[in-house]
This record gives sequence, C-alpha cells and structure tokens, in this order.
Amino acid sequence: MSAAPGRAPSGPAGPVLDVDALLDDRSTSVLVCCGSGGVGKTTTAAALSVRAAERGRRVVVLTIDPARRLAQSLGLAELDNTPRRVEDVGAAAGGSLDAMMLDMKRTFDDVVEAHASPERARAIFDNPFYEAMSSSFSGTSEYMAMEKLGQLRARASVPGGDGSEPWDLVVVDTPPSRSALDFLDAPRRLSSFLDGRFIRLLLAPARAGGRAYVRVLSGAVSSVTGALSRILGAQFLDDLQSFVTGLDAVFGGFRDRAERTYAMLAGPGTAFLVVATPDEDALREAAYFVERLGADGMPLAGLVLNRVQTTALPRLSAERSWAAVVHLEGRTADDEEDGTAPEALSRGEHALAAGLLRLHAARMFRLEREQELAARFGREHPGVAVAQVPARPRDVHDLEGLRAVGDDLGGAA
Amino acid sequence: MPSAPDAVPDPGDRRDDGREDSPLLFPGTRLHVVTGKGGTGKTTTAAALALALSRGGRRVLLCEVEDRQGVARLFGLPPLPYEERTIAATPGGGEVVALAIEPRAALLEYLDLFYKLGRAGRALDRVGAIDFATTVAPGVRDVLLTGKVYEAVRRRGRGRGAEREHTYDAVVLDAPPTGRIGRFLNVNSEVSGIARVGPVATQAESVMRVMRSAATRVHLVTLLEEMPVQETVDGVAELEAARLPVGAVVVDQVRSDTLPLELLDDALAGRVPASAVRDGLVEARVVRRDASGAGVVEGLLAEAAEHDERLALQDREQEALVATGRPLVELPLLPGGVDARGLEVLADRLVEQGLA
Ligand SMILES: Nc1ncnc2c1ncn2[C@@H]1O[C@H](COP(=O)(O)OP(=O)(O)OP(=O)(O)O)[C@@H](O)[C@H]1O
Ligand SMILES: Nc1ncnc2c1ncn2[C@@H]1O[C@H](COP(=O)(O)OP(=O)(O)OP(=O)(O)O)[C@@H](O)[C@H]1O
Ligand SMILES: [Mg+2]
Ligand SMILES: [Mg+2]
Repeated sequence: MSAAPGRAPSGPAGPVLDVDALLDDRSTSVLVCCGSGGVGKTTTAAALSVRAAERGRRVVVLTIDPARRLAQSLGLAELDNTPRRVEDVGAAAGGSLDAMMLDMKRTFDDVVEAHASPERARAIFDNPFYEAMSSSFSGTSEYMAMEKLGQLRARASVPGGDGSEPWDLVVVDTPPSRSALDFLDAPRRLSSFLDGRFIRLLLAPARAGGRAYVRVLSGAVSSVTGALSRILGAQFLDDLQSFVTGLDAVFGGFRDRAERTYAMLAGPGTAFLVVATPDEDALREAAYFVERLGADGMPLAGLVLNRVQTTALPRLSAERSWAAVVHLEGRTADDEEDGTAPEALSRGEHALAAGLLRLHAARMFRLEREQELAARFGREHPGVAVAQVPARPRDVHDLEGLRAVGDDLGGAA
Repeated sequence: MPSAPDAVPDPGDRRDDGREDSPLLFPGTRLHVVTGKGGTGKTTTAAALALALSRGGRRVLLCEVEDRQGVARLFGLPPLPYEERTIAATPGGGEVVALAIEPRAALLEYLDLFYKLGRAGRALDRVGAIDFATTVAPGVRDVLLTGKVYEAVRRRGRGRGAEREHTYDAVVLDAPPTGRIGRFLNVNSEVSGIARVGPVATQAESVMRVMRSAATRVHLVTLLEEMPVQETVDGVAELEAARLPVGAVVVDQVRSDTLPLELLDDALAGRVPASAVRDGLVEARVVRRDASGAGVVEGLLAEAAEHDERLALQDREQEALVATGRPLVELPLLPGGVDARGLEVLADRLVEQGLA
C-alpha cells in the first residue's frame, strides 16, 4: 500500500487522542467503535485490534458485516459465529488476535437454546414470527451485538487449557445503522416493546391460566384484539400470542437483559470510540452520540476522524493553485488563438502543470472544507480528543492496510 | 406478465418538452424506486430524478419512507408532515410534490378509511398496538409504506372511470438501502408467513402486482468503491431473483478527470522531465524563478500518482458494474456539495442519459 502523500495538516489545537496509550492501558477491557453508516467502524475496529495484539494484548474482535475481502484477510471465510485465531498477528509481542463475524440469527438461536427446553425451543423456532424477528427487525442486530459482547466478556476470563485467560481486550464493531445512536437505543426500543403494555395484554390470557381468561378480558381489550383479528387475520394473533409467551418464558424479561448489558457498557474498563468521516452528516451524528454518551455517563475515549484528505503541499492553498490554473490555461488559450502556439511538447508542459495544479486545487478545496468542519466540531466539543486517519487511495482490506491505518491512529499522539 | 392496470405506458410519458435528448431508457415507468448502499446518494438521486421527470409540465410525487426527513433537509425545508406538499415548481408548469410516509400515520389513515375504527382505533393506539404493528410486527410496516406508495401511483383525479387522469405522472420513491430493499418490496412473501388472510394480506398481493409490473423500475445508486459496488452487484441479483424489475445503476459522485490521462501516464512514468513541470509552475508563479521548485513538483506528482491509483481502482469497480448488464447512468461529484442549483445540474444529466 502506498503511503498517502503527506499527512493531514494538524487540526485545531484540540486534545489529540492517544490511541496507543488507550491500547496499552491494561484496564481497558472493552472498546466499542460506533458511528453512522459507512464511516469506517469495521475498519477501525479491525485496525485497532491488530495494533493492540501487536503491542502485546490478547484481543478478540467482534466484526459485523465486514467487507468480503477484509473478512478473508482476517481468515473469516466462514461465518460460524465463533472467534478464530488470526495467524501471524501479535505473537512476537506476546499478544494474539482472534476474530469473528456476528451471525445475528445464530446468536439469537443460541440464546433461545441456552434458556429453553428442547421442545420449547423448537416451538419458538417454528413460529413464523421468530424467523422475521431474528433476522430482520430493526434493533435485533444491535441487541445481538450487545448479547455477543456480553458472552465474549464472560468467556474472556475463563482460563483455557494452559491456565491463561484467553482475552484481555474485547473490541466491538457496531451494526451499519443510519444513526450512531441506534447502538444504544435499539435494544431498549426492542425490549420496551416486548415488555410493553401491548405484549402484557396479549400475555395476560396465558398468565391467567388457559382458557378461563376469556371471562376476564375487559371490553377494551376484546375490542382491540377483535380489531387486530379483522385486519391481520385471527391466525396472526394466535401466532403472536404463542410466540410472545414462549419467548417470555425463555428470557424472563428482555428489558432486564438489555439493562444489564447497558450497565456493563457504562462500567469501568469500557471505552467508546466514535468514528466519523469529515462531512456534515457524519459529524452531526458523532456530535449527537458524544452528547448522549455524556448524558448516560458512558466513557468516551475520543473521536476517530477517518478518511481525511491529505496533501503533500499544505501551504499551496486551493485559492492560489486555482488562480495558477486560470493563469496557465488562459495563456494556453491565447497561444492557440493567435497562432503562435509553440511545438506540441511545450504546450504539453503547460497542460501538465495546469492539470497537476487542478488536481491539487480540488484536493485542497476538499481538505479546507473538511478541516473547517472538524474545527467546528472541536469548538462545539472542546473536551473530545481526536485522532485523524488519512483517506487511503485504496480500500483497506488486508493486514498490511490495517497496520497502516493502525499506524495513523497510533501516530496521532 | 401480471396484468396490472398501470402496465400500459401513459400519455404522460411523452417527451413533449421539445428537447432533443437520448431516448428514455425505461419508457412507461410510473414508479421509480431508488435504492443503494447507505450514504451513496439515494436521496440526492431520487430528488434529482423527481425534478427531471417533472420538467415539461408533469406532476411528480417524491416519497420517502425512512423517517429521516432527508428530502426536507436537501431542499432546505422544515420537516415535512405526513401530507403531500409542493416543494418545487419546474419550467413548463411541472411540479414536485413531496411526501414523508410515516407508518403510524399510514396505519391510522388505513384503519380510518377501511374500518371507520373510531373508538377501537384509539384503544389500539393507547395500548401500543399501533406502535407494535408499525415497528415490531414483521412486514406490516413495509406493507403500509409500500401500500401508500401504491395508492399514490394508482390515484386518479376527478372525472369518470379510466378517463380520469393520474394524479401523478410519476412517483419516485427514496427507498430503504440495498440490504433491505428485497424484503421491503417483496412485502407479499414477507407478510404471507404472518398475516395469511385478512385485508393486510390482500393489500400485500395488490402491491406486489404493481411492484412486479413494467410500470415499476428499481434503480440502484452506487459509488465507484468496493463495498457499494459489491452491494449493488448482489442487490441486482437479489432483485432479479425476486422478479422485481431492475432499472439503471446510477453511479454517483463521479470525479471528472482534470488531467488528460496520457499526460498523467507520461508524467508518472518519468517520461516528462521535471523541468517541464517546473517551467509551467514558474510561469504560473507558484514557484519563484530563482527557486528549484523540486519539492513542489515532487509533491504534485505524488498527489497525481495517488489520483491515478484511485482511477485504476474505479475502473475495476466500473467493470464489475458493467457486468451486471444494467444501463449505467453517471452523476458528477459536485465539488461544493448538493444545493438547489446542483440538483438541477444532476437532473440535466439524468435527462441527457435517458433516465427521465
Ligand atoms: N482511511 C480509509 N481510507 C480508505 N478507505 C477506507 C478508509 N477507512 C475505511 N475505508 C473503506 O471504506 C469502506 C467502508 O468502511 P467500513 O466497512 O469500515 O465502514 P463501516 O462504518 O463499518 O460501514 P457500515 O456502516 O456499512 O458497517 C471500506 O471499503 C473500507 O475499506
Ligand atoms: N453528486 C454529488 N456531488 C456531491 N455530493 C453528493 C453527491 N451526491 C450525494 N452527495 C452527498 O453525499 C451525501 C450522501 O448523499 P445522500 O444523502 O443522497 O445519500 P443517501 O444514500 O440518501 O444516504 P442515507 O443512506 O443516509 O439515506 C450527502 O452529503 C450528499 O450531499
Ligand atoms: Mg461495518
Ligand atoms: Mg437518504
């Protein structure tokens, strides 16, 4: 991978995120990478994991929907929902890296199987609501990511055959959501539905003990269920009722579970990294998320500003290089007009210089805009430490690329 | 071919605005569904397409379904209510009407329309059944959203029978991303596992007929980057497998070449002496006449090399898109971001390339 030409000019004089200190701090045991869609959460999580392992940590990384080639380069050809050792990473430093891809449905299945008798589990799996819920509900992937994080944390401290604990750092990627806040909100939204009044109402009959319930149904309730049956068909309600009853018995309350994971996230040892690209939308999402973490008392480590434009010539501004382009191209046009155009090569020279300056002007135009947005974020959130990662010309899909991103992250301090 | 009433091309499809552009890629389309990986430019493309379609005096409805208020933000308007509102008038008497479809409101509207559910409707809402149905119950939300779009596509104004004109000459849907689009449009199969009978199931079937008809096209927006392209290729296959009519692949944010490629190749291969570039820079007063300028030349060439690498990558991604066999439509990267004028530029490009 070729190095980006030059570094991003150092941003506003806000605090710089010292990624290596964060990774080297043994009390950091969970790192969560959040951000809006497509900003580089998966890339950042993977790059941090490789770097931490190569600095001697025993790392497990939970990735979600990684790009195909990135998954392959981490040895994640198969999606079997368990961590696999990534060879050649970290051994020299006494560290190690295990990686896994989240299989949402499989995780859900495992939870059901762990808590229900085989017959009960079968009944749940066969219910038409289960298929839809375990694979497509909004919120399920966030819920399952938290669930899996809980499992990995629990396993991290169970000594293996040689008596050592398998992992001392869990790095978590988050699902591709439209909003960074979804990671925190979706599980609660889901659980408040499942624990909500409507579900209680549907469950009431079963709790009241079988068929006798009919008599205790109030007028309002029967008009509700009546209306639903008319719109959705009676089968719908039956399926829903048995599904919810089954799950309820298994989970003993989704809300408790979500609350517990939530509490773990707020606990010591967890650090959140907010990832954003230097554009308005992503930074707005990042700002919401930063504010929310603060409000919820969750530990924010800092902002990773990913894919920032770099330049080899920071002092040649967009304005100046554009003026130079106009000057050169204006001259060329004149030459053509008065028929005194010199030989082809010499025209080519100017075309080349003008073209190179044009490229630079476009680059600087973007860069200046990005730095302006970053500066605004810095002014509005003065306490948030920032690490900048340059945009690479190519996608990041192999260990070499991840190491390069890791260097950029670590080198920020 | 399912015999949807809207499969027949409409008179509204005529290009009656007298411009000489390429022929329409998809004549007879009344519903344009715009999908793509998150953040690739779905909302921008959908808005530009609606503007383009409305030229020449046509009425176009631009719908969004993701609760994002993306359209309002793009047009610099306050959040749109669940209500059809004109947001742009275009030359020749055309207009773009926007609607942010909200599943809760759509369900209440639906209940009211078909069931006159006064008290029971309110009771449903109070106990959270409306929230439940629109948020958690699988497929119901999508049936409601697509159902409203379906209604708008088929709606006709005053008059008698089939003589009545369609209220909208075209409907553009800023749809969910590629990852969910198959499920979203394929509401029929999704819902049939759950609500097997009853009005919701019936509605799902009618919606599916229109979605599969020749009056509908699903366009996929992408960038020339690995993941969006991969999602697009997968998305085309998934839609085709579900027998949903795929339209164009829209490549958004295409960077224009600022430098003739042969020149760039020569420069990067060292076939142009550094002094040649330096002379140009001196001429442009970027380098002083008495300075070596070597650092500037080197820096500019390094940036150009990176640009070249990116172009090579884009070429490979472009090939993957060509291999889908779908027509490619390109939209330029607007250097200053997307504003009202920028949207018109994008609309021009869509017309030139036959999408509108
Ligand atoms: N610094 C960078 N330079 C160049 N390309 C990058 C950089 N960071 C990420 N990418 C590329 O951007 C794309 C998106 O990155 P990534 O998959 O990590 O984002 P994400 O936030 O996980 O997305 P999603 O929300 O879809 O899960 C990938 O193709 C990745 O290779
Ligand atoms: N041709 C273009 N030139 C410049 N900027 C563009 C262009 N197309 C889109 N953008 C910008 O890219 C960003 C994403 O575009 P847009 O919101 O249309 O994407 P989207 O696919 O609708 O995103 P989401 O999945 O979040 O709904 C916006 O900031 C938009 O202004
Ligand atoms: Mg990701
Ligand atoms: Mg959008």
